[in-house]
Amino acid sequence: MDTLMLSRMQFASTTIFHFFFVPVTIGLSFIIAIMETMYVRSGNEEYKRMAKFWGKLFLVNFAIGVVTGILQEFQFGMNWSDYSRFVGDVFGAPLAVEALLAFFLESTFIGIWIFGWDKVSKKIHLLSIWFVAIGTTLSAFWILAANSFMQHPVGYTINNGRAEMNDFLSLITNGQVLVEFPHTVLGAFATGAFLIIGVSAIKLLRKQDVSFFQKSFKIAAIVGIISSIGVAFAGHWQAQYLVKTQPMKMAASEGLWGKSGDPAPWTVVANIDPENMVSTHELKIPYALSFLSYSKFSGEVKGMNELQAEYEQKYGPGNYIPPVRTTFWSFRIMIAAGMAMIFITLWAVYLMWRKKFDQPNTRFMRICLSGLLLPPIANTAGWLMTEFGRQPWTVFGLMTTEQSISPNITAGQVLFSLITFNGIYAALFIVLIYLFVKVIKKGPYAIDEDSHSTDPYNKKEGHHALT
Amino acid sequence: MLSLNELWFVLIAVLFVGFFFLEGFDFGVGMQSQMLPKDERQRRVMINSIGPFWDANEVWLITGAGAMFAAFPEWYATLFSGFYVPFVFALFGLILRGVAFEYRGKAQSAGWRTTWDLSILIGSFLPPFLLAIVFASFIKGLPIDGDMQMHAAFFGDIVNVYTVLAGIAVVLMCNIHGLLFTALRTFGELQERARKRARALLLPTGVVLLAFVIMTYFQTDIFDVRGALLWAIVVLGVVAFVLAGYFCKRKRDGWAFGMTGAVLGLSVISVFVGLFPRVMVSSLGEAYNLTITNAASGHYSLKVMTIVALTMLPFVLGYQIWSYFIFHKRLSDKETLEY
Repeated sequence: MDTLMLSRMQFASTTIFHFFFVPVTIGLSFIIAIMETMYVRSGNEEYKRMAKFWGKLFLVNFAIGVVTGILQEFQFGMNWSDYSRFVGDVFGAPLAVEALLAFFLESTFIGIWIFGWDKVSKKIHLLSIWFVAIGTTLSAFWILAANSFMQHPVGYTINNGRAEMNDFLSLITNGQVLVEFPHTVLGAFATGAFLIIGVSAIKLLRKQDVSFFQKSFKIAAIVGIISSIGVAFAGHWQAQYLVKTQPMKMAASEGLWGKSGDPAPWTVVANIDPENMVSTHELKIPYALSFLSYSKFSGEVKGMNELQAEYEQKYGPGNYIPPVRTTFWSFRIMIAAGMAMIFITLWAVYLMWRKKFDQPNTRFMRICLSGLLLPPIANTAGWLMTEFGRQPWTVFGLMTTEQSISPNITAGQVLFSLITFNGIYAALFIVLIYLFVKVIKKGPYAIDEDSHSTDPYNKKEGHHALT
Repeated sequence: MLSLNELWFVLIAVLFVGFFFLEGFDFGVGMQSQMLPKDERQRRVMINSIGPFWDANEVWLITGAGAMFAAFPEWYATLFSGFYVPFVFALFGLILRGVAFEYRGKAQSAGWRTTWDLSILIGSFLPPFLLAIVFASFIKGLPIDGDMQMHAAFFGDIVNVYTVLAGIAVVLMCNIHGLLFTALRTFGELQERARKRARALLLPTGVVLLAFVIMTYFQTDIFDVRGALLWAIVVLGVVAFVLAGYFCKRKRDGWAFGMTGAVLGLSVISVFVGLFPRVMVSSLGEAYNLTITNAASGHYSLKVMTIVALTMLPFVLGYQIWSYFIFHKRLSDKETLEY
């Protein structure tokens, strides 16, 4: 395999692995902040326990998110140096701002949150988890602003053979980021909520700490229903924006070779044959693609063949059709997982509303276990569609993936790093599962022999360090 | 008045000074936590002493790299692709170490602890060692061609006597810096051991540093380019180093810690002073040097970044200093250990 293919594999594996943890970080920090707010406002110790218990899972997850994030930042220069040279003037800025505005905030205040339970006042402690939550969300905004430039470049001019920023404001109010940010962050909130729903379901099925996990479940279910419905709406805006800015991705995600016809039907499943450029055995819902694309029940969507011809005229000869099968199926997998999430939270809220939630309901709780898998599936599939669907471009219309690669690295080097990093990811994943199981088994009321001193009543404090 | 290109060169220097001063001590504590303590309790105290800080300290590196990307994309691109293999190892270390701190205390078995202890040791050694190699190669010169592409051999161009000496010097300095931090944040036996070890390391470290300065004089052009200023920095460095020893002996841990931090900071500054206005020296010819002009982003981008950075930096410094204030007390024997 060549350097390009290996580098793409490394980028994909790193990004997918990183993005298992990032949404959990964003979503859980937000929900933990809500729980701690409830504790500070009510004084009820149970909410403090909640913040601490879910905080443990949060921290196990957070550590991997942080360390894989460093790799994310370095790999643009390491594997994609020609890309970095071409876009650095525009793309580097949001990355630097992300570090300055978001990473410092979250890393400093997570330290205060972990180590400050007995060192700062309740309110300062609460403030620090809110700062962590805000920091993670800000971080999402800036990295998505950078990604949005790759999907839909704005605020730049081409000068000396590279993209140079000429309008920062339009870079951060890029229509793409305005739809991508809410979709991603609401997805992250849902991910955090579903982690709590899933873990609570495990404990409730075993009838352990029932009151604690029922309360946790309810908080998560409310966050979950708002965010998972919100994700769908934001996704709908995103699709409308997609038809305008990256019609090829839209056509590929529909397996649409020719014209859609007017009104356009949405394909549920199809057998896609990219070699012969046809899709067969299609099952279609009439009007649905028109609605998805234009919010009305009419309107035609362009197919890949027509777009290919247009692009050839505009960008010169070449193949501008992305991997159709991956784009098509990842889109559907994302939607299916998202629908299942809405269904589960609707059910949960219905039970809460009818005051039936506190009665044992084994069937429902078993279904809730699937909540542990649905968000990561939806998140991953969504990004696969977004990034595969943009191919062959890294920056749409400006630079292809092939042109982006570092010319001075060898396939051997990339193979070495690919094996090294993926080895670490595999090991870390196993460790993470082990620790999750351990924390969950122990439950929220286990005496914490790991972290407490033998004499918890001894409040003797140290002397000032500088005297 | 500084031009924006100059300002960003200075800002990146500041970020790396901050990084080596701050993460320098937690690298040192990381390595020493595997060599200094007599028992498990002491080891945990050492790891916990950097608990609230190490993550934010590491962000100085991430911001430094981000600032390079934004302000000098050619520098960022040449550097990270050119040093591909060293960065794989450095990242390997940074990944291991980050999770090790967080996970080590989360299970009890001996095998578990040993695994993470080893990770802390490797993870605290590799990054400062390799970053020192990278910085030393900046001034020594690297095979960078007319397209700003660096084609360096791992052994020879990147790893050679001069750069490895820089790596050893920085690792030793981090160890002393970390030991003094331990002295600053602990009590009793551990504190005494840390002071003693720091004193013992001073002399060999001084010798390595001196050897590095002498080699720099012969191997690089930086003393020809900025002689007077660099000699002044060397003198300041020697003074700070001697004072570190003096304060260490007088058990003024805070002052001694400040001085070892100053030595690390001055080392970074000397590299940047020697480089200016270059950012990477090409060994293939002066025309191929990367400079703050030919590697930089456009004026508009630098201007926007300047406004953002100068607005944000006071807040960042403010709350980071505040977090050090919150955890300024020594860790008592009865401390709740989160890690």
